[in-house]
Amino acid sequence: MKKTINILFAGDSGDGMQVTGMQFTNTAAIFGHDVQSLPDFPAEIRAPAGTLPGVSGMQITFSENTIHAPADTLDVLIAMNPAALIVNLPNLKPNGIIILNEDSFKAKDLQKARLDSHPLEDGKLQGYQTFPIPLTQLTLNAIGEHGLTHSQAGRSKNMFALGLVYWLFDKTYDETVNWLENKYQQQAALVQANQAALKAGYNFALTSELFAEQYPLAKAKLPPGTYRQINGNEAFALAFAAVAHQSQQKVLVSGYPITPASTVLHDAAQLAAHNVDVFQAEDEIAAMGATIGAAYGGSLAMTVTSGPGLDLKGEGIGLAVMTELPMVIIDVQRAGPSTGMPTKPEQTDLLQAIFGRHGECPLPVLAPKSAGDCFNMLLEASQIAINYMTPVIILSDSYLATGAEPWRLPDVATLPILKPNFAKNIPDFKPYQRDENLARPWAVPGTAGLEHRIGGLEKEKETGDVCYDPQNHADMVALRAKKIEHVARDYAPLSILGEGEADVLVIGWGSTHGAILTAAQQLQAAGSAVHYLHLRHLFPLHNDLGDVLTGYKKVVVAELNQGQLTWLLRAKYLKDVQCISKVSGKPFLVSELVEKIKAQCHDNINA
Amino acid sequence: MTTLTRKDFSSDQEVRWCPGCGDYAILATMQRTLPALGIPKENIVFVSGIGCAARFPYYMNTYGFHTIHGRAPTIATGLKITRPELSVWIATGDGDALSIGANHLLHVLRRNVDVKILLFNNEIYGLTKGQYSPTSEKGKITKTSPAGSRDNPINPLAFALTAGATFVARCIDTDAKNLQAVITAAAQHKGAAIIEILQNCNIFNDGAFAEFADKAVRNERVRYLQDTDHDTTNFDAAYLLSQHAYPEHAVPMGILYQAETPTYDATFSSQSEKSGDLKDLLRKGYVWEIK
Ligand SMILES: Cc1ncc(C[n+]2csc(CCOP(=O)(O)OP(=O)(O)O)c2C)c(N)n1
Ligand code: SF4
Repeated sequence: MKKTINILFAGDSGDGMQVTGMQFTNTAAIFGHDVQSLPDFPAEIRAPAGTLPGVSGMQITFSENTIHAPADTLDVLIAMNPAALIVNLPNLKPNGIIILNEDSFKAKDLQKARLDSHPLEDGKLQGYQTFPIPLTQLTLNAIGEHGLTHSQAGRSKNMFALGLVYWLFDKTYDETVNWLENKYQQQAALVQANQAALKAGYNFALTSELFAEQYPLAKAKLPPGTYRQINGNEAFALAFAAVAHQSQQKVLVSGYPITPASTVLHDAAQLAAHNVDVFQAEDEIAAMGATIGAAYGGSLAMTVTSGPGLDLKGEGIGLAVMTELPMVIIDVQRAGPSTGMPTKPEQTDLLQAIFGRHGECPLPVLAPKSAGDCFNMLLEASQIAINYMTPVIILSDSYLATGAEPWRLPDVATLPILKPNFAKNIPDFKPYQRDENLARPWAVPGTAGLEHRIGGLEKEKETGDVCYDPQNHADMVALRAKKIEHVARDYAPLSILGEGEADVLVIGWGSTHGAILTAAQQLQAAGSAVHYLHLRHLFPLHNDLGDVLTGYKKVVVAELNQGQLTWLLRAKYLKDVQCISKVSGKPFLVSELVEKIKAQCHDNINA
Repeated sequence: MTTLTRKDFSSDQEVRWCPGCGDYAILATMQRTLPALGIPKENIVFVSGIGCAARFPYYMNTYGFHTIHGRAPTIATGLKITRPELSVWIATGDGDALSIGANHLLHVLRRNVDVKILLFNNEIYGLTKGQYSPTSEKGKITKTSPAGSRDNPINPLAFALTAGATFVARCIDTDAKNLQAVITAAAQHKGAAIIEILQNCNIFNDGAFAEFADKAVRNERVRYLQDTDHDTTNFDAAYLLSQHAYPEHAVPMGILYQAETPTYDATFSSQSEKSGDLKDLLRKGYVWEIK
């Protein structure tokens, strides 16, 4: 078998597939593989059990190499019922392994999955290595004596399946044994039953000679350090605590529940001891208002939302730009417009983030490239916000929000120090006087002698007095724009991936990084002269970007929208940039990127 | 500490309301009342939305934030929960507070955030030049309702009471004595205080309250609650009073209701004695070493 394996545990919401998947992920990671895991929840909260829309799964790609994206096709599919099998079969590669729970392939189960014939008999599974196993019955046999009810006992079949798969990939079950002990501390019967099921599954695979062979994988060569699994939303929450720690200030996180941003709020709500407060507002408008009020009061203020919430925040963001207050707005993008497809990823809010407010209303827009990068990006955004006294938007998406990867813990001592520079004792103070960054002073209420008024009306350049003078307005518009342009001076240099000369540059941004990088590496390995550039800063763009673009005959942007960054680059640099666009609510597959880059650039790729 | 005077609270900005607007009287009373409260000037913040009334912060020599239409309660809430030591005032009109901002007003009141809300009620939209407002009487003829408005008016006092406000009062712009007493009581109240101030817009709704608020008739047609035996802790009595209108009833003025309940901001911030260690937090859960 190859050196990277992609495996999917799929079943009903009640089958415990997320737990099983997490256990497998952790074991694989602890063993030293590089891992990417991606839960796949049904769109409906309670789709009927056994039906096609009710299938819930967890996909894990693990490898002895460094990987940046989940694999495109499945090597192994564990299907707890016919619906889980049928929904995911198209994604299984030829000759792939299917382990299915024979006990839930009765006539009524087939009916729920709208199947007219039994997949084991009608030839659908030809060309795969299929292992029908009575998982439920074997589980019941294994744990009969632990005094659980029939249905409780039956639910442990996920552990039986996990045991099987552990054996198949030559893993030990020790981590899961320990985890079960911690998880069900108070319920000894549950611990014993689940452990028994797990071990029974492992031993069954071992003794039944069901599988012809095991598939051991070597450790990946990851940089040394302490690791944990993290998804993008968890990373944001940890970063709130880091911002509070590195600034010695309280952080206020405001929000209104919305998929897929809500879990950031859930996690942040656990951080009271780390100087992070969470305000659940009555709506996104109020969350934005509270963020502005907190920033005005001198807190590091953040708000978290998703597409429709960003719409509602627009007017407030305009006020924050106009009054030049520092804060961070996280938009976990989802498929739109309107309610769209709430759990599905897209990168369609880029132009909205940059331009989606009335008036000339510039602010920095950043996008993290991976789950772990969400952590770094929030610290960077906070720094920009306080250095330039501006709101900053971070564009994550639902793919980063839930997809997990191993994250090497940062050394706290090397995190950036955030220094909010509160104004004090300024003689002849003016609320809009400016420093070398063109930022105005952060003079917070409670500071004696600096009493002043701010607001959304246009103001005289320094005094901040309301002013409708035409030239003053023109100057202020230019000044606010210039201030944001200055942010680009602080960016790390662009790093272009690729050796030697190339005519083709592929550009990406946000969560598609892993897939585009992998595609570019595959093309390079096959001898194609293709370079890859990932942009973390979308507005203002990097000062060197224009020169970089000029150096290539062909520039292609790959993005999950109809070409929003493509538009920007064309408009700004007058370069004939092309787009690889996908707007299906699905992330890019590496193979499709490779094909599309080849197709678009065949004249320029010397392979 | 130096004693402050009215002048200390006047900013250097020219006041730009229409000559004769009731807002002037409210501003003057506020500037006269604040010095006696003993709050350091730098700890006072006026937050407003948009409207004529919302220009109020510009004229106060305190901290001030003129924000966006209807959203002042949200901004004041964010400020107050992170800086509970500040004395936060909201200046808002009837359109600002009860049309676009009614949702936020409801929530700031039911949360009992310790902010003081001055609701300038002129029963009209002043700044946008005279359209009917959510407190305008049904049948009001304005530029957007030439045949008379179809909307039933909101009763701000009943709204505030049912929303859970812990201090609900009403005053008249020109009745400085009563207004000063109520503002003082509101400032000392711990919790969300709302004062409906009947304010004359002499340009677009002149004399809206003249029937009972004019000096000549005020004493017979108005009931001053502090002079009567009204029990301000009795919610039912307060609610009943909120329904009293001229000419069936004398119009209640002063504090209708006051209750002591914990404020939102006092318990909001979870700053712990010993703050958690960031290193431990990052390592929480499943971690493993790669050598
Ligand atoms: C989002 C938005 N919608 C509409 C307006 C226009 N607007 C400004 S003030 C106002 C109404 C003001 O009436 P009121 O709150 O009663 O205050 P007054 O001017 O009477 O003091 C309106 C509709 C605005 N500024 N913003
Ligand atoms: S329009 Fe009415 S409320 Fe506005 S300033 Fe003039 S008189 Fe006052």
